[in-house]
Amino acid sequence: MVAKTEHFWEEKVDTHFLDEVFAIPGGKKIRACIQCGTCSGSCPMCPDMDYSPRQIFAMTRAGLKESVLSSTAIWLCTACYSCAVRCPKDIKITDIMYKLKQLSLKHGLKNPAEKRSPVLLSNFVKVVRKYGRSHERSLLTRYFLKTGVFQILDYVGLGLRLFTKGRLPIFGKKIKGVKEVRTIMDYCLRKEEKVNV
Amino acid sequence: MSETKIRSYAYYPGCSLEATSIPYDISLRAIAPILGMELREIEDWNCCGASAYFSTDQIMGFALAARNLVFAEEMGLDVLAPCAACYAILKKANNYFNDDPKVEQMVNRALATAGLEYKGGAKVRHLLDVLVNDFEPYEITDKVVKKLNGMKLAPYYGCMVVRPTPSFDNPWQPESMDKFLTNLGAEVVHYPLKTKCCGGTFISTHKEIAFRLVHNLLRNAKDNGADAIVCICPLCQFNLDNYQRKIAKEYRDEIKIPVVYLSQILGIALGIDKKKLGLKEHTIRFEPVIAQYVGL
Repeated sequence: MVAKTEHFWEEKVDTHFLDEVFAIPGGKKIRACIQCGTCSGSCPMCPDMDYSPRQIFAMTRAGLKESVLSSTAIWLCTACYSCAVRCPKDIKITDIMYKLKQLSLKHGLKNPAEKRSPVLLSNFVKVVRKYGRSHERSLLTRYFLKTGVFQILDYVGLGLRLFTKGRLPIFGKKIKGVKEVRTIMDYCLRKEEKVNV
Repeated sequence: MSETKIRSYAYYPGCSLEATSIPYDISLRAIAPILGMELREIEDWNCCGASAYFSTDQIMGFALAARNLVFAEEMGLDVLAPCAACYAILKKANNYFNDDPKVEQMVNRALATAGLEYKGGAKVRHLLDVLVNDFEPYEITDKVVKKLNGMKLAPYYGCMVVRPTPSFDNPWQPESMDKFLTNLGAEVVHYPLKTKCCGGTFISTHKEIAFRLVHNLLRNAKDNGADAIVCICPLCQFNLDNYQRKIAKEYRDEIKIPVVYLSQILGIALGIDKKKLGLKEHTIRFEPVIAQYVGL
């Protein structure tokens, strides 16, 4: 594990940071964290994270907004829920990780070493906004264009094999209610009237 | 033989069953009539959101999932989602909607912009849940025409079917699929990694990490003597089946183990023609294993 050992005494503490985490359903349970490390021990991604999940929770509670939101750890959560079902304090760890991802995007605090997941996820949302459903070919094209076109070479063989078997349609198909889907999405993203979530 | 009881479901195939996981869809549609399952596809369903919506906005994730639940509620049937991720997301949205009045209010406010309203009455089920809990074991075993004759299978549950809780099986040591496969005549091998993560979308974003996880899963199944791995999630099947050559190169470890869907295994036991189960779509071929145990 490449755990960071630097100290945080120079970082400004943001006292409102924790309130943003409290806002999700069940978010206040983070106060009950006993720092047992069960989450870190259960996490399949922990060896590749800069901070372990346990550290992320300690830092979040301490208000170290910048370090948390620019960590690679939050983007390495695959949402496998291993930690969430094991947590002795029943903290909704996966939901909190999602919230931290949202806040990282919202505050523009990105880790330069970790742009692949945000690009894939935000483009997934764009593809669904266009078609109402996911469309793998569009998604991967967008993803590769933004993260490095040459990666495509790695996937040519697999892509062709899938394509010839009809498993990678070139064109997406819009669903009838695509306008409904867009209205719902736009409303949620405006959300001025949505207090606190 | 008892008479076949008809059971109807609001079928939610999900996006991957229309593209990369077509074999899952066609094999499920092939076994359904034999078991008396009527799959009524939810009309004009939209993407459940996978994990992407939640990284953008939680309520948006719930609301878009709920659009499908609205239609299912109108149909008055349980939602049948064969994709593990769709199942987990729809179930999660449904649980939060019913448990938290604030979520209910906000989801309905978002749905109202599209003229919809959800009352919370849908029930979300996974294919495995339906097969083991709606059917008495004899209702399926009575219809088995080709016993699997001790075929050694590793049941792989992955993350999303048994977690997040509450679920129909244990989140760490589930056994429903083990029992189901044993009833079909298979020998279920010890598979301690049966609920470990396959890396999901990381196969495109963080290949090195996903390869490590997939390699563990494949190696562990092989070491325990499995002839094939049985999956209930499209993404797990995709990751485990399609990258074996690359992983063999990376880890200098040639494993070569077929990865099939539960619906395909069941289809074989029910005597359905291999061609109708989409088996030839897989990268690592399963046919030799069938020939060895079941015959042609």
